[in-house]
Amino acid sequence: MNKQLSRPFWALSMLLGVSASAFAQQATLKGRVMDQKGSSLVGATLRFEEIQKSLSTNANGDFSLDRLQTGKLRLKVSMVGYATLDTLIQVNDGQHPLNLYLKSNTSALEEVVVIGYGTQKKSDLTGSISTVSAKDFQKGQISSPEQLIMGKVPGVQITTSGGQPGAGSTIRIRTGASLNASNDPLIVVDGIPLAGGSVSGVANPLSLINPNDIETFTILKDANATAIYGSRASNGVILITTKKGSRSGTQINFSTQNSLATVANKVKLLNADQIRDYVNTNGSDAMKKLLGTANTDWQDVIYGNAFTTDNNVNIASKAGNMPYRISAGYMNQDGVLKNDNLKRTTAALALTPKFLDNHLSLDVNVRGTRSKSKFATQDAIGAAIQFDPTQPVYVDDKDSFGGYYEWIQGGKPNPNAPRNPLALLDLRKDNGDVFRSIGNAKVDYSFHFLPELHANLNVGYDLARSKGNTFTPSIAARNFNEGGERTQYKTDINNKTLEFYLKYDKELPTIKSTIDATLGYGYYKNSSKVYNFNRTNAEGDKILNEPTRPFDKPENLLISYYGRLIYTYDNRYVLSGTLRSDGSSRFSPDNRWGYFPSVGFTWRAKNEGFLKDIAAVSELKLRLSYGKTGQQDGIANYSYLPNYTISGNESMYRFGDEYYYLNSPVAYDKDIRWENTTTYNAGVDFGFSNNRVYGSVDYYSKKTKDLLSTIPVPVGSNFSNFLLTNVGNMENQGLEFNVHFVPLKTDNSTLDIGFNLTYNKSKVTNLTQSDDPNFIVETGGIRGGTGGNIQAHKVNFMPNSFNVFQQVYDEQGHPVEGVYVDRNGDGVISDNDRYLYKSPLPKYLLGFTAAYSYKKWSATTVLRANLDNYVYDNVSSNLGSGANINDQAVLVINNAPVDFFNTNFLLKQLRSDYYIKNASFLKMDNVNLSYNLGKFIRNSNASMSISATVQNVFTITNYKGVDPEISNGIDDRFYPRPRTYVLGVNVSF
Amino acid sequence: MKKLNKYIGVCLLAIALSSCHKDLDLKPTNDVTADVAYKDFKGYTSSFARLYGSLTLTSTSGPNNSDLGGLDAGTSDFLRLFWNAQELTTDEAACAWLNDSGISGLDYLDFDDSNPMLRGLYTRCVYSATLVNEFLRESTDAKLAERGISDADKKEIAYYRAEARFLRAYNYWVLLDLFGNPPFVTEETPVGKVSPPQIKRPELFAYVEKELLEVAGQLKGAKQNVYGRVDQVAAWGLLARLYLNAEVYLGAGNKKYTEAITYAEKVLNSGYSLGINYRELFYADNDVNNPEFIFYLPYDGTKTQSKGGTTYLINAAIDATMDPTSFGVPGGGWAGNRTRDNIATIFGDYTGATDKRAMFHLNTSVKIEDIAVYKQGLAVTKFRNVNKDGKTAPPAAEGFVASVDFPLIRLAEMNLIYAEATLRGGSGGSLAKALDYVNKLRVRAYGNNSGNLTNLSLDDILNERVKELYWEGFRRSDLIRYGKFTGDNYLWPFKGGVLAGQAVAGYRTLFPLPASDIIANSNLVQNPGYN
Repeated sequence: MNKQLSRPFWALSMLLGVSASAFAQQATLKGRVMDQKGSSLVGATLRFEEIQKSLSTNANGDFSLDRLQTGKLRLKVSMVGYATLDTLIQVNDGQHPLNLYLKSNTSALEEVVVIGYGTQKKSDLTGSISTVSAKDFQKGQISSPEQLIMGKVPGVQITTSGGQPGAGSTIRIRTGASLNASNDPLIVVDGIPLAGGSVSGVANPLSLINPNDIETFTILKDANATAIYGSRASNGVILITTKKGSRSGTQINFSTQNSLATVANKVKLLNADQIRDYVNTNGSDAMKKLLGTANTDWQDVIYGNAFTTDNNVNIASKAGNMPYRISAGYMNQDGVLKNDNLKRTTAALALTPKFLDNHLSLDVNVRGTRSKSKFATQDAIGAAIQFDPTQPVYVDDKDSFGGYYEWIQGGKPNPNAPRNPLALLDLRKDNGDVFRSIGNAKVDYSFHFLPELHANLNVGYDLARSKGNTFTPSIAARNFNEGGERTQYKTDINNKTLEFYLKYDKELPTIKSTIDATLGYGYYKNSSKVYNFNRTNAEGDKILNEPTRPFDKPENLLISYYGRLIYTYDNRYVLSGTLRSDGSSRFSPDNRWGYFPSVGFTWRAKNEGFLKDIAAVSELKLRLSYGKTGQQDGIANYSYLPNYTISGNESMYRFGDEYYYLNSPVAYDKDIRWENTTTYNAGVDFGFSNNRVYGSVDYYSKKTKDLLSTIPVPVGSNFSNFLLTNVGNMENQGLEFNVHFVPLKTDNSTLDIGFNLTYNKSKVTNLTQSDDPNFIVETGGIRGGTGGNIQAHKVNFMPNSFNVFQQVYDEQGHPVEGVYVDRNGDGVISDNDRYLYKSPLPKYLLGFTAAYSYKKWSATTVLRANLDNYVYDNVSSNLGSGANINDQAVLVINNAPVDFFNTNFLLKQLRSDYYIKNASFLKMDNVNLSYNLGKFIRNSNASMSISATVQNVFTITNYKGVDPEISNGIDDRFYPRPRTYVLGVNVSF
Repeated sequence: MKKLNKYIGVCLLAIALSSCHKDLDLKPTNDVTADVAYKDFKGYTSSFARLYGSLTLTSTSGPNNSDLGGLDAGTSDFLRLFWNAQELTTDEAACAWLNDSGISGLDYLDFDDSNPMLRGLYTRCVYSATLVNEFLRESTDAKLAERGISDADKKEIAYYRAEARFLRAYNYWVLLDLFGNPPFVTEETPVGKVSPPQIKRPELFAYVEKELLEVAGQLKGAKQNVYGRVDQVAAWGLLARLYLNAEVYLGAGNKKYTEAITYAEKVLNSGYSLGINYRELFYADNDVNNPEFIFYLPYDGTKTQSKGGTTYLINAAIDATMDPTSFGVPGGGWAGNRTRDNIATIFGDYTGATDKRAMFHLNTSVKIEDIAVYKQGLAVTKFRNVNKDGKTAPPAAEGFVASVDFPLIRLAEMNLIYAEATLRGGSGGSLAKALDYVNKLRVRAYGNNSGNLTNLSLDDILNERVKELYWEGFRRSDLIRYGKFTGDNYLWPFKGGVLAGQAVAGYRTLFPLPASDIIANSNLVQNPGYN
């Protein structure tokens, strides 16, 4: 292996950036000392022991030494917080400047943290910021990035939407601040803010970023940290930094993970004999005749084990002066729901060259993802819960609806019956094909005449080409009356971003001060083109729906100016202020500009005289902050404009023999303006015993006013009775605590434990213009009746509280059917007797992580708990009634959840508070064991580690439904999260 | 603060980025502003069609959307809600869907101010009025001149304006009859968030009367308009109905029976005539050669899709066991509405063998003992989405969207108004003619003279209205006019929420204004009894 022989030499020459030719004469040595990220290190000490000289780097990290003999020289470079570099250098005449890189050896508290538009030492932070880096990520088969940090950060709740391959998550930082606008945090990848929203053709647009390319997550929580992102920051900001090339050596890494997903839990239903018993006891003769003789577990029919392979390779190296990283990944994931599949190919390139004496640095990232999805028809989940277990899967007659058993009425599928769950899966194709590319080029120039001043330009794009189609053959019962169905869709997304900022960073030793000032401009254009297609029958010869317009082109634009000043005095006091001004195309010119200021103050008590020498306390810091942020995402693009819409083809009116499209004025509020959230935050960071124990506590209070809420306006005052307008206030208060400790640390073994806790309380404090305390805004649509909503916003209650009747129970504790408490005492049970009871928001979130390593073995686990969160069991409320099992009106027998035995309701009682269930839970997200073989090939640097992981290990809960963790609190046809067994191998050279 | 922007902008090396601020003025691709929407006659026609369409559709974007906020598509259709309010509260109908919010309040006649169906109806009617107002604002002479509309088109637009005002008057009549004291908006009312004033019932009566009298002279002549649009006979017909109920609207003693006779007679002599076959009035091709419908909602199984209208009336009236294909809705059958046994009693022979207007289907029983069980109570098979040949059916989206047009005013009602107003002492009519007008309906119903009456009482007329007009949205108003809707002198199963029926307080002759609007609109005072 030639490579092995040449390696030290190659590495050295790279390090020095010089050729090895030598002349014995005088020469000048120049260079710069930097950290691994390429930032200059000021005050690093260089010692040439042979010639007994030493010097320090200047404010730019540069050094220079003349009159040196050419030839080899031993050099030691040292600096606090970095490992000393001991190296042999070659001194030549007229040589290029040397670049020397020091590796950090600091603890977590001294890390440099990515903040909005720049970096900051963790110790100097004034805002509430959490960082999770690759080594702490969740282990196992993770197909979407956000799931890497589930349970890791206090105040951050990540709820996956189910077990679908590549499924997305609901991410809430401090529960979000909005009712109607978006509650999703802003996600910024390498400085490029991603537009929110979904991408058709893929379950979750975030899954188009390969989790393996991610280096760190930085979560900005309070206003001081987020306000620099102004209008998009009310729900917090997640900064994702991707992995970069290497400045020293080449590293090739290959990993493969193969996993088997199994169905962890199914809905507990009546079995076929119980159904037969019930119908034979309660049904009419006509109903009894419908009973079958089969014993079909429909959930077993539609679910199965699913295999996933996820393979990644990456090379981090340097070509000439250009560090680069190339990565590629291929994932093929099956879902536990039959026919569900996601194939994802990813590639990414990162270049980080520097030019002009390192004054100009470039950071180029390009990533592309192609995902091909086969979406299983999720209607099958509901159908499998409902379908009569006494019926067989197949019938003998292959010509009848493809040979699947269906409820038939007059030779056609009974329109009100559920469809055969397996037929729903097998007789429908639903394919999505998405290409997404996110890229940016960042140029940072440090002025030659004023190196403290940087100009930074970051230009980025986020584009997606998505298309897909569905096909249902004419034999399928699902679209039998229409002769099958063909649909297609296509969307092009082109989002552009430009950021430019100037940054001035100056140390003023005479007054023990440091100034860090940033002034910037941003331009963010989101544009997409949504094509409309005909919906036809399977043959394509009959149009079922025809769009009126060939496409739509929704657009929005945000223009921003921002500034920040951070002033540090004597390493003890840090004061920072930010101001951002945003202009949004979503508001009228009069209301367009929003101003979002913040201030933060940090007192580094540890650096005070009285603590400096107390070894037991390694860190103590107090943070206080206040700030305002805004919100405009998630609302319509043009709601301030008086517009007319033109009706669709199915919504016309007839004059004579002709049908006319309808021109309809749209309700609008020309005064619509920014939502404003004010956040106060107080936090303490602490570290004891040389940071064997460290952590932080934060208290926050968020008040959002001018909430964009769709509320009833006086009927007749506008072109709708509901108008999206700025009314409503909401308050959130919370406490976050996290602690890491290392109870065990020996040469051979380490135990690392992390624990975090979040307490949150939200309440709506105002909703309407007229301050009426009885006013509610209904939310939370449910299955089981026309116009059913089970949740509501109401002043002084948690948002989305359940709006239900209070059930009356008999002496045995069984609910009495249809009997509710007359809460308003007017003698009748009417809608006015409904009350707000509990909410899906957990009061407490807990996270626990543990990592233990012993020699080459390591084991990790993550547990999470949500406490005091409630779920509405819509599965039981909709199906758990005698009239559902024995449905005489529709002439169909249905299955019911076992909860039916608790209620014995004859008719469904959708709005009973009986169905509001405490869904507190404790989950073990994963347990992982890995073994590092180290170098496993003789004479090779290749090293290997293998790992085994179980995900979704167990759930402890009193909730009887399929899963207590449901983000909107309405359990209906939930795609079960699988239990997954993963084996992984990682090889690096 | 604007200065600050500029200052920062200059600081940023004058990248001339400020010019980008203009980029913030984005316009939608497919929606248009008023000037574009009304740029030509075609645009006016589309905006005018919208005014009718507000009565036939739940939204302009298909059957699953709603024009009305906070109300789903099922609770925002005019006819579905108007019908529910007028029929479910009476002996003519009961709906089994007690799980649907608002149904039990109507079924039991104990509705409250949070009832979403009543909120939907109220909101739909006021919304329709705001659409008319906008059209009237955009079609003034000045606007037409500004937009260069030709003189010929201006003449037609003048008819549009008269019809628009008729439609507004109709919507206000619904509000007058059901809610009494609604918010009141005209073309003078600004668009925004400002609370409209409340109008009291007598003033609203006067306004509707004045509008109808005015537009009657401006609408096209009898039978001179194209299908789907009204002529002046519609205004006369609505006036006749308004005057018949004047004592209800204005208080006892405020009789307008003479005027009722006058306008009923104008309609009866206008050239409209009774259809030959009663049954065919409610079939899918009732738009063809129909001499009887004066004001109606035209529906089409593919072009006017909603889950309201006759789609609702047909599907909710049948279940899977009743062969939905024979009703032209192979994909339908929602098992909701049927009659209470009082109607069977009024008909006597409900098989249709004598009076062919009796179109019922017996499931398990005539009497309803459990309102949630659809099969109890006679199913009504009056509306069918099949053609008069009885075999063919028009294309129906999703297998259940109906093409049956629904009459809001048809001639037969005028026969009965004439008779009733005459009996109630109006002058200008004669009892002999009254009897003749009623017998005309009975001849059509029996196929011969065997059912003819020889004398006429007010109760006869009320019963005749059931037989002729059942399930067409009249029953509640009729019972109120006869003093039988509230109180206990006439009972039906589950009136007041109990099987035997019980007295209901008198204030329930008016529906409550929706609580949400009382909260939103500080000018509104709730109707008596609902506080």
